[in-house]
Amino acid sequence: MSETVKVPTMAEYMAEGKKPEVLFWVGCAGSFDDRAKKITKAFVKLLHNARVDFAVLGTEESCTGDPAKRAGNEFLFQMQAVTNIEVMNAYEIKKVVTACPHCFNTLKNEYPSLGGDYEVMHHTQFLKSLLDEGRLTVEGGKFKGKRITFHDPCYLGRANNVYEAPRDLLKKLEVELIEMKRCKRNGLCCGAGGAQMFKEPEPGNKDVNIERTEDALETKPDIIAAGCPFCNTMMTDGVKNKEKEDSIEVMDVAELIANAQDL
Amino acid sequence: MQYIPNILFVIALVAGIGYFTRNIRKVIRNIRLGKDVDRSDNKGERFKNMAMIAFGQSKMVRRPIAGVLHVIVYLGFIIINIEVLEIIIDGIFGTHRIFGFLGGFYNFLIASFEILALLVLVSVIIFWIRRNVINIRRFKTLKGWPKNDGNIILYFEVVLMTLFLTMNAADLQLQELGADHYIKAGSYPVSQFISPLFNGMSEGSLVLLERGAWWLHILGILVFLNYLYFSKHLHILLAFPNTYYGDLKPQGEFDNLEAVTNEVKLMMDPSADPFATPAGDEPEGEPEKFGASDVMDLNWAQLLNAYTCTECGRCTSECPANQTGKKLSPRKIMMDTRDRLKEVGDNIDKNGSFVDDGKQLLNDYITAEELWACTSCNACVEACPVSISPLSIIIDMRRYLVMEQSAAPSDLNNMMSNIENNGAPWPFNQMDRLNWSNE
Ligand code: SF4
Ligand code: SF4
Repeated sequence: MSETVKVPTMAEYMAEGKKPEVLFWVGCAGSFDDRAKKITKAFVKLLHNARVDFAVLGTEESCTGDPAKRAGNEFLFQMQAVTNIEVMNAYEIKKVVTACPHCFNTLKNEYPSLGGDYEVMHHTQFLKSLLDEGRLTVEGGKFKGKRITFHDPCYLGRANNVYEAPRDLLKKLEVELIEMKRCKRNGLCCGAGGAQMFKEPEPGNKDVNIERTEDALETKPDIIAAGCPFCNTMMTDGVKNKEKEDSIEVMDVAELIANAQDL
Repeated sequence: MQYIPNILFVIALVAGIGYFTRNIRKVIRNIRLGKDVDRSDNKGERFKNMAMIAFGQSKMVRRPIAGVLHVIVYLGFIIINIEVLEIIIDGIFGTHRIFGFLGGFYNFLIASFEILALLVLVSVIIFWIRRNVINIRRFKTLKGWPKNDGNIILYFEVVLMTLFLTMNAADLQLQELGADHYIKAGSYPVSQFISPLFNGMSEGSLVLLERGAWWLHILGILVFLNYLYFSKHLHILLAFPNTYYGDLKPQGEFDNLEAVTNEVKLMMDPSADPFATPAGDEPEGEPEKFGASDVMDLNWAQLLNAYTCTECGRCTSECPANQTGKKLSPRKIMMDTRDRLKEVGDNIDKNGSFVDDGKQLLNDYITAEELWACTSCNACVEACPVSISPLSIIIDMRRYLVMEQSAAPSDLNNMMSNIENNGAPWPFNQMDRLNWSNE
């Protein structure tokens, strides 16, 4: 990561007796997956540029337990949740932002009844709020006029009814936003949710990500925009499968904004 | 002697309603076999949902063709049944068109019934064509009883509407002949075109025709009422409670199992008193079963869902797993749950209480392969016109597979042991979690 951007941890803040404005929950994909790490970095640059006082948990962060819960392992999920809540409550966290809709959903909906009550935002919502407050500028730059289609992540869209924040940001990029035939509440899954990311699919006649990539390709996009590291992987694989990786990029909304500003 | 029709009518009415009540009680008893779940909160929002989704059919019309036709049949059905009130009074007291004295308003009512009856007939015919002629996958994939059930109800509607219009047409002829007992009442915008078919018939034959149609119509309605119990058409009643008791949480939120919370607390907090009675109503000695392998392990709202399912297949047609050829079909999850619940209910009827029949919902009805194909995307929940969640049953059954049987696919077991050991679903060290920041 470029030297100018420092990523402070909660422990460092605590040592200085300070509290950040928001905790950036990086998530497992954002921490370890090579593709997702780029999204993490892009988002951090945007936070830094908007002078957001943020911190991460770093080595004190652990999986939210989402994949375990969707796989049916409620024990493991609750063990993870209780551990994470203990850490966050010790730091008196009030507000959390994350670039992963699965972390977002779990932290926002499933942690409160276990003692973890925070204001949780998806990074597209957070960026939108920065934009509204005039702390963030979003401009087209090199994406101006490009054809972009947005793939709704299930855990952001249907699961939590967030459809507009990512679209509002994309519109600000002055791109040509084209909707797929199945979008918003009718959006088709990329195939990764419910712990499918971590296993082979059941026998069938097609992979879900191929079906979804075909939806996206129908819009003849220059770029497929995503808001989830897992969707990103699935769509990237889909585009490769269709041998279109030279002409179509799959990018996170945060990457698009950061790249437009050459951050 | 002259009271024989009245007596026969009352007997038919009592028998019809009696048998129906008996079966509905069975439905309620079977639903109560489910575990408790609190759905007594947010009454205002629940009423609103019921008004919008069940009464207002707001989710039906998301598919405009089927939606509008369904609204016509539904409204027609409800409104025409006002006529049944008159039929019942006439039947008991031997009167004829007792509400005729309402004059102009009566004419208006009868005229609306007739127009609606015609619209229902047309809609039902289109429905039949959609089901049987046009290649619509969600209907084509239905076989056996569910397929017949869908058609039988359409035939029922055709017969009932035809009888209603025939009855009116014959009545109109009799009114014009000035026949005894047939008072001049009503206006007949549709049956006036059927009536000429009966020109030249004697008064006696006309009375026979009118009475025949009248009797078959009301008997048909009673048979229809009793048919509901055996059919997906139970939804015309259960859609109301089902939308009222629907899940109000965000679709992405899965419930946190309380029994697990109690155990996790004990594990995390060594000072906790292991003998303190947990908040749950755990029966003594018997450890709580995690997840669901049979219908009794589901909650009553899920069982109500199963009885409410209209088998329309909107869920399955939106399901990514199903669309890509996997075995999973959320409609089948609901139909299997209902079939198994019915089987358990019949078992109780026969034996007084449930006697183990060596079967269960898992494996005998729903296979693990189906359960593992779900992406938990909520498309099925979003698509369902009557607020059913097939996903919640899938997750409860996965919980049983994983927590009671350790029967997850091996890839998932790897993922879970990674989370347990490293705090991430992949084999990376938790201490490396911030490495990205200086890469
Ligand atoms: S939640 Fe599961 S069953 Fe429902 S539509 Fe999605 S994949 Fe299919
Ligand atoms: S669950 Fe809902 S959408 Fe699916 S078949 Fe039943 S009624 Fe139709």
